[in-house]
Amino acid sequence: MDDLQLMVGGLANGCVYGLIALGFVLIYKATEQVNFAQGDMMMLGAFVAIGLGNESHAGLPFWLACIGAVTIMAGFGMAVERTLLRPLFGQSQIAVVILTIAFGFVLRFVAGAIWGHDPLVMDNPVAGTHVTFGQVVLGADEIAVIVVTLLLTGLLFLFFARTKLGIAMQAASQNQLAAYYMGIPVKRIHGLTWMLAGATAAAAGILFAAKGSVDPSAGLLGIKAFAAAVIGGFGSLPGALLGGLIIGLVEPFAARYIAAGYAQIAPYSVLILVLIFRPHGLFAQVRGKKL
Amino acid sequence: MSGALLEVRNLESYYGPVLAIRGISLDVPEGAIVAVLGANGAGKTTLLKTISGVLTPEKGAVRFAGEPIARQEPDAIVRRGIVHVPEGREIFPLLSVAQNLAMGAYTRADRAVAADTVRVLDYFPVLLERMAQPAGTLSGGQQQMLAVARGLMARPKLMLLDEPSLGLSPMLVRAIFDVIRRIHQEQGISVLLVEQNAQLALEVADFGYVMETGRIVLDGPAEALKESRDIQEFYLGGSQHTARDDRRWKPRKSWR
Repeated sequence: MDDLQLMVGGLANGCVYGLIALGFVLIYKATEQVNFAQGDMMMLGAFVAIGLGNESHAGLPFWLACIGAVTIMAGFGMAVERTLLRPLFGQSQIAVVILTIAFGFVLRFVAGAIWGHDPLVMDNPVAGTHVTFGQVVLGADEIAVIVVTLLLTGLLFLFFARTKLGIAMQAASQNQLAAYYMGIPVKRIHGLTWMLAGATAAAAGILFAAKGSVDPSAGLLGIKAFAAAVIGGFGSLPGALLGGLIIGLVEPFAARYIAAGYAQIAPYSVLILVLIFRPHGLFAQVRGKKL
Repeated sequence: MSGALLEVRNLESYYGPVLAIRGISLDVPEGAIVAVLGANGAGKTTLLKTISGVLTPEKGAVRFAGEPIARQEPDAIVRRGIVHVPEGREIFPLLSVAQNLAMGAYTRADRAVAADTVRVLDYFPVLLERMAQPAGTLSGGQQQMLAVARGLMARPKLMLLDEPSLGLSPMLVRAIFDVIRRIHQEQGISVLLVEQNAQLALEVADFGYVMETGRIVLDGPAEALKESRDIQEFYLGGSQHTARDDRRWKPRKSWR
């Protein structure tokens, strides 16, 4: 029975990793850039939600705070693209990588300066309540995290596969020049993608801060999410979620059954194994691209 | 300056650091097929890219249906009715054939898109059975057809066709040119056709321009160009071999 509880806890953690990984994949799928500040945007989203919703801060109702945080972070994502990324348009990918890593550091310190470095928990309606199935006691927050994540992933997946805008985002990344020829406004599409990534980061942040606690260095778990995105195939939305879930599940079981100190290695061992046996990830889009 | 659908005046444009077109002027009258001939590196593709707004011209003007369009964003130019079918099958490899076609109609919001898809596929029946397949898995000829079909989906008034024969077998080249002729006749779409294959291009075109190192060196009705000694010699592989034995000098192009 303990294992089942471990599993649900792991899945809930994995969902947060998966949502950050979704942000990575969104931006990569649409712009061929990698945003290493995605984890820090999640952290910022969490703090914005706390700032809006907690009693100690603005004290808005929970749902209003959620909507507010998602809207603010969507605008933030768009602003980041407009001010920081667009001047780099057409530059090498490494420039974007370095820029976003640096930007992540800036976000970390700014968040620390505004909200302090102590962990904060977001007030939420399901905090502390439990759901009991027979002998198994599960946290309602963990179940909520899993449900919300599945819904969001499904929506994003449908958006990319079915809507004209979603397909145009894929088209712009697959062949930017051809996208221009077809009259797809590539720069505006990039802005919209960052907007979506910002909103996703806010959703991840809210879930993260509601089921645990958040401090300015929480963005560092973006590295685990990056591993999750790579495991999933970096370019596949369901793959990113699956990668996140795998890492989320491996962690608590490793912590329990493997000697302390080695357990933290487990998620990355999975990453290395996947890369050895399925170099393009579990949901590979491209098979054997030779460069 | 009246009547022509597309008017290009003294256009100069860089391709990277190179001034690839140096003062080009040409007209595409409404309902005409105009061919631009020239060897590799003559600046033909740069000319098309400048017209479609992907490159910004250094100097000069482009007018479409009387309105200036130079220096506009590519999507604004597509909305006006100019679509560029690039050379080298620039399709979206991971999207399905159907999605590629849908992207051709990206700038359109009308409800006739579905009907147009049927109409366009009528020209390219090969694509019909491959609608769900990723476009990257099509053969080269099929990808070229997809590129043309995708361009048609924008419902253009003017189509810029860049080397549609590039890398295709003679039979496929025939097929593509037949379709170009049909599109032109049935849809009334004007075409600016860039080709190295002068023979083919002059067969379908009404008027032709010859480009060399960024300039237009010769122009005239397609019939006249076909008869021209220079064209025969340098582009059509004409019959100078009898005279050649008697002469020690190389024939010179008349524009040099």
